[in-house]
Amino acid sequence: MSLDASYQPDSASSSRTAVGPLQEWVSDWGGVAIDTVLAVGDLAVFAWRTLAWLGSRLPKRETLLPVLYQVGVLSLPVVALTGMFIGMVLAVQTFFQFQQLQMETRLGAVINMSLARELGPVLAATMLAGRVGSAMAAELGTMRVTEQIDALSSMGANPIQYLVVPRFLAFVLLIPMLTVMAVFMGVVGGYFYSVIILGIDKHHYLYNTQQFVDSFDLFSGMAKSVFFGVAISLVSCYQGFHCDAGAEGVGKAATAAFVQSFVLILLLDLLLGISLDRFYFLLWPEGSSVFGG
Amino acid sequence: MNGQANQTETGQPLVEVRDLDVRFGRQEVLRNIQLTIPRGQTLAVIGESGCGKTVLLKTLASLVQPTRGEVYFDGHRLATLNERQLTQQRIRFGFVFQNAALFDSMTIGQNVAFPLRQHTTHRDAEIQELVLMRLAEVGLPDSIVSKKPAQLSGGMRKRVGLARALIMNPDLILYDEPTTGLDPIMSDVINELMIRTRRNHPVTSVIVTHDMLTARKVADRVVMLHPVARLVHGESQILFDGPPSSLDRCDDMRVLQFVRGEAGERLMEMRKAAESRAAG
Repeated sequence: MSLDASYQPDSASSSRTAVGPLQEWVSDWGGVAIDTVLAVGDLAVFAWRTLAWLGSRLPKRETLLPVLYQVGVLSLPVVALTGMFIGMVLAVQTFFQFQQLQMETRLGAVINMSLARELGPVLAATMLAGRVGSAMAAELGTMRVTEQIDALSSMGANPIQYLVVPRFLAFVLLIPMLTVMAVFMGVVGGYFYSVIILGIDKHHYLYNTQQFVDSFDLFSGMAKSVFFGVAISLVSCYQGFHCDAGAEGVGKAATAAFVQSFVLILLLDLLLGISLDRFYFLLWPEGSSVFGG
Repeated sequence: MNGQANQTETGQPLVEVRDLDVRFGRQEVLRNIQLTIPRGQTLAVIGESGCGKTVLLKTLASLVQPTRGEVYFDGHRLATLNERQLTQQRIRFGFVFQNAALFDSMTIGQNVAFPLRQHTTHRDAEIQELVLMRLAEVGLPDSIVSKKPAQLSGGMRKRVGLARALIMNPDLILYDEPTTGLDPIMSDVINELMIRTRRNHPVTSVIVTHDMLTARKVADRVVMLHPVARLVHGESQILFDGPPSSLDRCDDMRVLQFVRGEAGERLMEMRKAAESRAAG
């Protein structure tokens, strides 16, 4: 632009006003598109290297146990508490609608199916992304900034094998168990509020639950949770590994880990919900459980 | 004296750098570096901030990949090694990081023992004995092993970093600004430790430093790098390559100004830049 300006100032300034904003717009969005494609490719390579290390050598027990403790044991109370409250909130929110239709005894089916298929896995994953995923990104980011990851490499330890594989394994192994805990506590919370507080008939509440909710619903929730675990662990570790320098970089990595994990959880929930329903109808075309037939 | 002369004096080169370029995106950090480091030599790499000293050090340890050119360690071209072969070579390096880079979650004992646990089958008692021996070598007491890095001073952390770098009896030790941020006494302690390390172990050392006292006291040879952005066309990035004693006799004013700590041309450049900015 400076060359143009020195050559023909008037025409250059008019062309700048006409083309400039469009050019900038194309350049900005082009930059965003290229960065996105590069980041996705980089994440895919990162995931591939993690899986390759997982296949070739399992982490040592003393490396794995602290991560299992952090992901599993320390997350248990918060996941259980969240599950229980969600069960109760579902009862509160759906009771009056169902009462108007005189179907309040069906509350058990709605609460428990929602918990098993959707809310249990999604909430457990969200809690883990917030509690463990962002902390993991901050921890690995700090290790990157303070050259601890370089120190690992310089001592002949592969950082992906040493840092990422145990975290990946901990998520994949423990998230289904935490999901079961969230669902169980939600079922207990929903039952407590519906039967004890709202006074819905216990027999009909349980009978309807049994009629409408089957083991495939629980399987569906657990299957989803495994994918959520894969997504959270990879995104969080990736963000930590690619953290920018300084305290601001670590903060950004932690935030990005949670936001990207949450978006991925919702996206995967949609895609897996559709896929698992199709799989269900493939196995049981009559759809007995879904529509109570 | 140059690197080639040193090589013939002290034996075959342990490290060889050929035509090395390193870029990060559009930023060119190292350009056409040629460097040979003979076995047993202590090389100090000096130069102003941002000239690529640490990048050069990390490229030697294969922590940064060259954009062009080759790095050879004991005849092995590092870029062509697979993961296992690279690990075998890395066991032969010791890297002392600028801020020690100790693992926060581990105790000092676990930090120093880390390479042994990764690469050897020693029993716990043997590992503990070796750890205590290395800590004693760098002047640290046994009582430190159960402490966490956050509980130590900067100087102690650097000494722990040195103990960790030495634990596998490396052939090459890479020091990244070992005395930066330390008081003069502690800097001298670290300098003495580097000298003692070389005396006790047949080791080759590369020291990246701003500290001319360290360069003069510890090094056999000094290399001065200049920022790529400020090179005159066709000029080598290595402005000086020779023994510390010839630093003061160098013809290049930029080397003399750096060695004497005189701002010289940089102040004039800054003044010109400020004036041209003010002029619009």
